[in-house]
Amino acid sequence: MSTIIAPAEKTEVVPEPITPWKPSQKTKSVSIIVFLASLFLSAAIVLLTGLAGIDGFGLALFCVVIVVTTVRNLRSNQKSRKDAFVGVFVASAAMLAFFPWMSIFASVIVKGVRGLQPNFLVENMQFTTPDDELNMGGAAHAVIGSMLMVSIAAAITLPLGILSGVYLTEIRGRLTFLVRFVVQSMSGVPSIVAGLFVYTTFVDYTSKFSGMAGALALAVLMLPTVARTAEEVLKLVPDDLRSASYALGARQWRTSLMVVLPTVRSGLMTAAILGVARVIGETAPLLLTSLSNNSFIFNPLGGPIGSLPTYIFGLLQIGTENSINRAWTGSLVLLILVLVLFTTARYVGGKDKR
Amino acid sequence: MSQTVQTSVMSMSDGQSESPVVLGLETRNIHAWFGKHHVLKDISLKFPEKTVTGLIGPSGCGKSTFIRLLNRMHEFIPGAAMAGQVLHDGHDIYSPEVDAAAIRLKVGMVFQKPNPFPAMNIRENVLSGIKLAHLKVADHDSIVERCLTRAGLWKEVKDRLTATGGSLSGGQQQRLCIARSLAVEPNVLLMDEPCSALDPGSTLRIEETIKELAEKIAVVIVTHNMQQAARVSDYCAFFLTDGGPGYLVEADATKKLFTNPGDTRTADYVQGKFG
Ligand SMILES: Nc1ncnc2c1ncn2[C@@H]1O[C@H](COP(=O)(O)OP(=O)(O)O)[C@@H](O)[C@H]1O
Ligand SMILES: [Mg+2]
Repeated sequence: MSTIIAPAEKTEVVPEPITPWKPSQKTKSVSIIVFLASLFLSAAIVLLTGLAGIDGFGLALFCVVIVVTTVRNLRSNQKSRKDAFVGVFVASAAMLAFFPWMSIFASVIVKGVRGLQPNFLVENMQFTTPDDELNMGGAAHAVIGSMLMVSIAAAITLPLGILSGVYLTEIRGRLTFLVRFVVQSMSGVPSIVAGLFVYTTFVDYTSKFSGMAGALALAVLMLPTVARTAEEVLKLVPDDLRSASYALGARQWRTSLMVVLPTVRSGLMTAAILGVARVIGETAPLLLTSLSNNSFIFNPLGGPIGSLPTYIFGLLQIGTENSINRAWTGSLVLLILVLVLFTTARYVGGKDKR
Repeated sequence: MSQTVQTSVMSMSDGQSESPVVLGLETRNIHAWFGKHHVLKDISLKFPEKTVTGLIGPSGCGKSTFIRLLNRMHEFIPGAAMAGQVLHDGHDIYSPEVDAAAIRLKVGMVFQKPNPFPAMNIRENVLSGIKLAHLKVADHDSIVERCLTRAGLWKEVKDRLTATGGSLSGGQQQRLCIARSLAVEPNVLLMDEPCSALDPGSTLRIEETIKELAEKIAVVIVTHNMQQAARVSDYCAFFLTDGGPGYLVEADATKKLFTNPGDTRTADYVQGKFG
């Protein structure tokens, strides 16, 4: 044999790019139709048999999908059949994990949406009693108070947390053990103890409840989450990158600042998100530090301040129909607030370009 | 799987009797894209068993893309697309009923950077393919010895098979990776610049290994080292790009390509005038 050029027709036209490894359009539409049919079938089973409720539906759907998958894979070989079944089980497990989250979210929406009227987002409770109709009064003061305290807490903990992460992974100084120990034991502090700590120090010292006191208590709770996440994220940066920077004559702090930290920008954003998520719903420490308030307070040192968790807590304690409705709407606003915060953080933080 | 291979081989020889089935690999009018970016144009090559084929050409001309198309690793990159056919023992590896994992078992790959599994020791690394693919093999010890011997590493590591792969030198690690690919008995081995991170001694050891392998299987090796291409390969294919998609300039017996090429660009490249 003298050549390795394969016999093939010469063509000058460039063929259409194809992706034979992806399921074809036909397979995809068949799968969707089959899945919709399974949904209907399981709904029918729930209606016609003793199975009932959402869990009955889930069980019926699971069985139907297993049967359908078996039938569809009758003709394929053993390996792809195995793949299909493992796929069904993994998807079911994911749904199962998703289920509690979905049901919480759904019930908050269902119960909270009635009170979600424009006045809820712009008014406060200064001249409204919890028993008034839902078209009066609102939780704007609580939203503002929560945002104020969480922002201050984040402004305190983000630099501290990232610095301690840098200390633990980049500098690795003599106090590494101590810093890690302190951060780890801080993450075990119960939130009420954090509140009590600020109560006996800051509140006692200034002799009043305030947004600043609340922010400090939240910061105590937020710091370990941020610091540990930052450390884990920084550990993932390959040493090659540090070496490359040092080999260009960079000093350690320039390397950390210009090479290591930018590499994990989105990871640090995740650390911030986890920290905020950790504290935004905290109620107990706020009861000891910022208390609550029915009117707008913008000054973090200007006495007791409202917040969403204490707003919800207070209304639930009153326990009349309208006040409980207000509490549900407050929960809904809290959930939406978290979603909005996270989405913006993701958007601003961007993705790591890799 | 084996059944479908057989039937299609038969139908192939019925339908296209003018081109007999090549044992090993064959590509027909292969194109490749990353998103809209057309990076490889109309490559038709044969890699028959018991030969070593070198792929040469300046960087960016699509050699790695091409070699990754040969064992279906191209599809792991999001946005990747292709056109054309890749035949393994006469059977199109991109036809829908083919199991990509089964193809990769038969068409092995060694990467540029040695990548032994860090959580496994030397012995476990060699056996990893067998474990990962659930192959039933009776005598593990003899496989370890045979593969390490074929990769030219047995003498150096036979007394420390339970040491981690990371404790070996770069050249030894690469030979361990070759031994690892051999354990699942592929009939084609793809190597993408396997020696570019190694010292000359290790490089020579690996070249000897390649020649021994070629007594049984087909080897396809990408290299930037012209002497290496001349030393190990029976055939060579020269790729080039003019800014657009990479294309095949010339493919021929290595001796012919290096002494009497059909294209002046090949002559310039193999003499080191550009690239
Ligand atoms: N993952 C990828 N995504 C997008 N483009 C790629 C990717 N990998 C390679 N390319 C492009 O494909 C072309 C061929 O690259 P490659 O096959 O790596 O060339 P070679 O191995 O010959 O140096 C180059 O222009 C490169 O920019
Ligand atoms: Mg390459």
